[in-house]
Amino acid sequence: MSAAQLELLLRLGDNALVLAQRLSEWCGKGPVLEEDLATTNTALDLIGQARLWFGYAGELEGKGRDEDALAYRRDAHQFRNVLLVEQPNGHYGDTIARQFYFDAFHLPLLRALSASSNARIAEIAAKSAKEAAYHLERSTDWVIRLGDGTEESHRRMQQSVDDLWMYTGEFFDADAVDREMTAAGIAPDPAALREPWLAMVRKVFAEATLAVPGEAWMQRGGKQGVHTEQLGFLLAEMQYLQRAYPDAKW
Amino acid sequence: MVTIARAEAAEVWRWLEEVPDPEIPVISVVDLGIVRDVHWAGDDLVVTITPTYSGCPATEVIAQDIRAALAARGLERVRLETKLSPAWTTDWLSDAGRAKLSGYGIAPPAHKVVDASRIMKPAIACPRCGSARTAKLAGFGSTPCKALYRCDECREPFDYFKPH
Repeated sequence: MSAAQLELLLRLGDNALVLAQRLSEWCGKGPVLEEDLATTNTALDLIGQARLWFGYAGELEGKGRDEDALAYRRDAHQFRNVLLVEQPNGHYGDTIARQFYFDAFHLPLLRALSASSNARIAEIAAKSAKEAAYHLERSTDWVIRLGDGTEESHRRMQQSVDDLWMYTGEFFDADAVDREMTAAGIAPDPAALREPWLAMVRKVFAEATLAVPGEAWMQRGGKQGVHTEQLGFLLAEMQYLQRAYPDAKW
Repeated sequence: MVTIARAEAAEVWRWLEEVPDPEIPVISVVDLGIVRDVHWAGDDLVVTITPTYSGCPATEVIAQDIRAALAARGLERVRLETKLSPAWTTDWLSDAGRAKLSGYGIAPPAHKVVDASRIMKPAIACPRCGSARTAKLAGFGSTPCKALYRCDECREPFDYFKPH
């Protein structure tokens, strides 16, 4: 097993887990009941996907770490998720903007991984892609509804997509891990996912009457474990029980 | 050497047809296409199941229910194997399962999963009055596998089992 392959699995699992944790924070306080349910169901899908990635990562690593150890016993610098997914929920438009940017990246990534030379990665990705298709459909609907809605919803949605734009650049940065995985036919070249993602953003924003943010400084580092301050607070809550009572069982 | 009276696989399938889905008890785990294979490996009965949605909390309950149902038939040496590929699809729903869903007030998937980009587009008939004048209220309902709809004819809300 290569170290790069473990890194890849952690990136996939951490994206799903951290976003799921953020979405779970809406549980019981969604803007309407239907959205409360939809948000937490999306979180449930993502937690399921994280379990599949972590289960495989733990097996590959062979050091006895299971999915729970990977989720609850790592600190922020050991997480490999992109910075976008750890950003706070904000108002519902912020949550929707974060979700749309991620879904529009996640679905093509999972579809490409479905053709991975690693059969286990391919089967987890193929299963997850079916779920991600519904996530993207929903976040697309909401970007359009809020963007092309009232004057206030339009203004706030535009602010949300502008604010989060700087966290989308690192999706497409290839580092040594990506290059090794691409060369081995295990994962797609992240740079190749950029144009389809941009095309999707342009198409949906046009329908939503939103302006696509222009060239900007892009934040990066999440994939390498250099996070914003947000992740530490998220983990403090998510990992509290296992930190306070190690090995506690349900 | 103890001789075990081994149930035929076909009989085991019939027993599993009586194991209800925990979330939608009107259909069985066989109707849903969750049970993929039943065969004997020596003295062990191997039941292969596939999860529906990755995060579906029913998956673990289903495994327990299958064990309990088979234990009730005297089968103790049961091995449950999970298979992810090919990924579960609503195309595996049996015709009986579709009819039972409809009778229970859940509209069954409107089509086979051919083009995933068109998944939510067709008009969904109301399972109560049959009208096609319906509208989607939310992409997810009481579980990830369902969407929430409203019938504009009889004014009743209903669940739609999404093609997957």
